[in-house]
Amino acid sequence: MADDELIYGHRMSEWTGMGPIMEEDIAYSSMAQDKIGHALANYSILEKEFQTANPDKLAFFRKENELMNCQLVELSNHEYDFSLVRHFLFDHADFIRYEMLSTSSFAPLAQLSKKIKGELKYHVLHADTWLTRLGNATDESHARMQSALNELWNYALGIFEPSDFEAELIAQKIFDGEKVLQQKWLEKISPIIEKANLKIPSATAPVYGGRKGYHTEHLQPLLTEMAEVINSEAEGTEW
Amino acid sequence: MKTEVENNSVATNTSPWGRTGGAAIYKSLEEVMDPEIPTLSVIDMGMITGVEETATGVRVKMIPTFTACPAIHVIKDSIQKKVESLGYENVEVQLDDSIVWDSDRITPNGKILLENFGLGTPQRHCGNFGMEEIAHSKCPHCGSEDTTMNSIFGSTLCRSTHFCFSCKQAFERFKPV
Repeated sequence: MADDELIYGHRMSEWTGMGPIMEEDIAYSSMAQDKIGHALANYSILEKEFQTANPDKLAFFRKENELMNCQLVELSNHEYDFSLVRHFLFDHADFIRYEMLSTSSFAPLAQLSKKIKGELKYHVLHADTWLTRLGNATDESHARMQSALNELWNYALGIFEPSDFEAELIAQKIFDGEKVLQQKWLEKISPIIEKANLKIPSATAPVYGGRKGYHTEHLQPLLTEMAEVINSEAEGTEW
Repeated sequence: MKTEVENNSVATNTSPWGRTGGAAIYKSLEEVMDPEIPTLSVIDMGMITGVEETATGVRVKMIPTFTACPAIHVIKDSIQKKVESLGYENVEVQLDDSIVWDSDRITPNGKILLENFGLGTPQRHCGNFGMEEIAHSKCPHCGSEDTTMNSIFGSTLCRSTHFCFSCKQAFERFKPV
């Protein structure tokens, strides 16, 4: 979860200064800030409750195959249509995930999730507004939305790649599991996709691997760029 | 303020806590401002969740408005310095993870200050609000309800951007959260 937020936050931040209109520039920058904050909060729980390395070390000094983010979030931004559809698909899943976790038996995560889901509400509304607007605007905007949806769908299903601890998490009432999440997600997004006059692709084969450290060629350049500044300084430099 | 605190300190204890120490600390925090909206204090924002005496000093418990609040360290430092200026040693400012901040925590006085600062204010929502409540804001300049939302994101995480048809001014609003 933390890796999803970190990598996706970085991708969103790449729209800073590049947005098609100023409002979108600001929106993606704001959402990027939220995501990085959510990543930090999750890494902080790991450090506090499980004595892992500190959040900076986890974010900047792990190898590509040590990151557990789904592949959907690491893909390059491409054009705005691609970024927008990914934002729609990912943020609905993310919102429902935190909503489910807000009643988790693992108290630190439940408490954090209550906070985060309130913030994600704005991300979801932003995505819905633009998806329905562009899905129903011109022939070109509609075609672009549909083609981005086709391209991203299998990656989006990869969000729900189960971990090896799935049964344990469910048994201990920490999390209801990826299957339940995927079902809730599909129920939530289907009517919105329909309202946008778009169609969910019929042939589906989830792209798994990300949660086990297998990534696309898009991730390493992102990691290199993200750690460029911290690597340019001697270890232990105070900012 | 300082004299009052000193008068109430007990002879056997150098801490100025005494009978009214807690109230005095709350009062002093009205002077610690939110860096992003410098006319609002951390009290007006509803960020302080507790002030308590500890064995060696005092503890102030607070919550950030947003998870990704970039000003949190600045705010913590300001609170600590302010309380130290009352004569306390060992001032601990602790993030309180038992309470989640929402915009209902902004005090009525805080909402007036927000409007004076030029921001629209969030309506009370008790945890239940949707796109309608998010999109609709009274204009902080002329008070008109004839406004529209341009974007749910603005210059900081807590603001959305709007336009007023009556006075033809753009404005920002503190979002309902």
